[in-house]
Amino acid sequence: MPHDHDHDDGFSSLEDTALRVRALESLLVEKGYVDPATLDVIVDTYETKIGPRNGAAVVAKAWSDAEFLDWLRRDASEAIASLGYTGRQGEHMRAVENTAKVHNMVVCTLCSCYPWPVLGLPPVWYKTAAYRSRAVIDPRGVLQDFGVELPADKNIQVWDSTAELRYLVIPERPQGTEGWSEERLAELVTRNSMIGTGLALGPDEVNP
Amino acid sequence: MNGPQDMGGLQGFGPVLPETDEPVFHGEWEKHVLALTLAIGFLGQWNIDESRHARESLPPANYLSWSYYQIWMKALENMLEAKGLVSHEEITSGKASSPRADVKPATGPKAAPGILSTGGPYVRPALAPAKFAPGDKVRTHNINPRGHTRLPRYARARIGEIVFVNGAHVFPDAHAHGKGEDPHWLYTVRFTACELWGEEARKGDNVNVDCWEPYLEPA
Repeated sequence: MPHDHDHDDGFSSLEDTALRVRALESLLVEKGYVDPATLDVIVDTYETKIGPRNGAAVVAKAWSDAEFLDWLRRDASEAIASLGYTGRQGEHMRAVENTAKVHNMVVCTLCSCYPWPVLGLPPVWYKTAAYRSRAVIDPRGVLQDFGVELPADKNIQVWDSTAELRYLVIPERPQGTEGWSEERLAELVTRNSMIGTGLALGPDEVNP
Repeated sequence: MNGPQDMGGLQGFGPVLPETDEPVFHGEWEKHVLALTLAIGFLGQWNIDESRHARESLPPANYLSWSYYQIWMKALENMLEAKGLVSHEEITSGKASSPRADVKPATGPKAAPGILSTGGPYVRPALAPAKFAPGDKVRTHNINPRGHTRLPRYARARIGEIVFVNGAHVFPDAHAHGKGEDPHWLYTVRFTACELWGEEARKGDNVNVDCWEPYLEPA
């Protein structure tokens, strides 16, 4: 049976993929299953409204406000929701804190679970076989891929997101930031530092 | 299932390659796959565990070679067809040739932000007291179900310690297969790297895995 493209053989190219997505979308709109304006809203939400700046605000507050940190430890879902960061893939949150003795790293070995409301959509590397396979068996090797070398006496806690709990790493607060405002502190908090594949930036690594 | 999705501990995939200033999407089509997947999800014709199972059930060679949004796309096509929302001919042609399935109307743009920002909690009332408490030693079962499970192979038949009791959660092994929510206690279980990977692993490093009670027995 001749086809424009053979669906059972998968995707021959990105152009082919894009054509198929367009065809599927027009079919689903024609059948009345999706509203094109809703699709635009969804894309806009995850492209411009929800991203790692949300998580950075959580971390900066945890660094600055002992009561908030305590709340985050007791009930991260509620504490984070109090800042307005709620929703899909963040229904059940746990904050894990880096210390002088412990470094935390988050992975989803089974798919791509990631705390959307605080970090946005996951980066490509987070979903790759390279990361998912190795984070649990060789976390130090993974950190080297990110240019991070931990002190020899620091232990690693890896968190595999196998359920609907989503993990947010609270990186260590950099030295030399005493008295900084939450807004200024948030500039130091990178996305990778909240996954555990990076550290927070030092004061000299951001523009004054 | 022991499918290609269960990657923890596999070797040979090379280094992780972070991308500098990575955009949220790599191409317009990725935006459309994300949006279609979520918007069709609003119809309530399947749950998140069925979605995950549809993705992990793709042929392993495809799963390992496609990008993640290609995996989402193919799984979406398969689920639409399996649930009778579209026919194979319609997917192939991109044109409607059968009546609309009797499902609720498409979600409009005004309602979408509320749905996204509310999400859907997975905690349910517990049907029995929790069997384990923090500090308890547990052994994971050696299970190899053909269907969906969230107990990764690397953490089967291993001894760990309960670190958190997280309430009763929807049980994916049932929920992915039309067997209801079947809520069970969910625990965070800490395994030493040596328990998982052998004595050459670094002492002091741990891996924490969220495990439902049916995965566990006292150790």
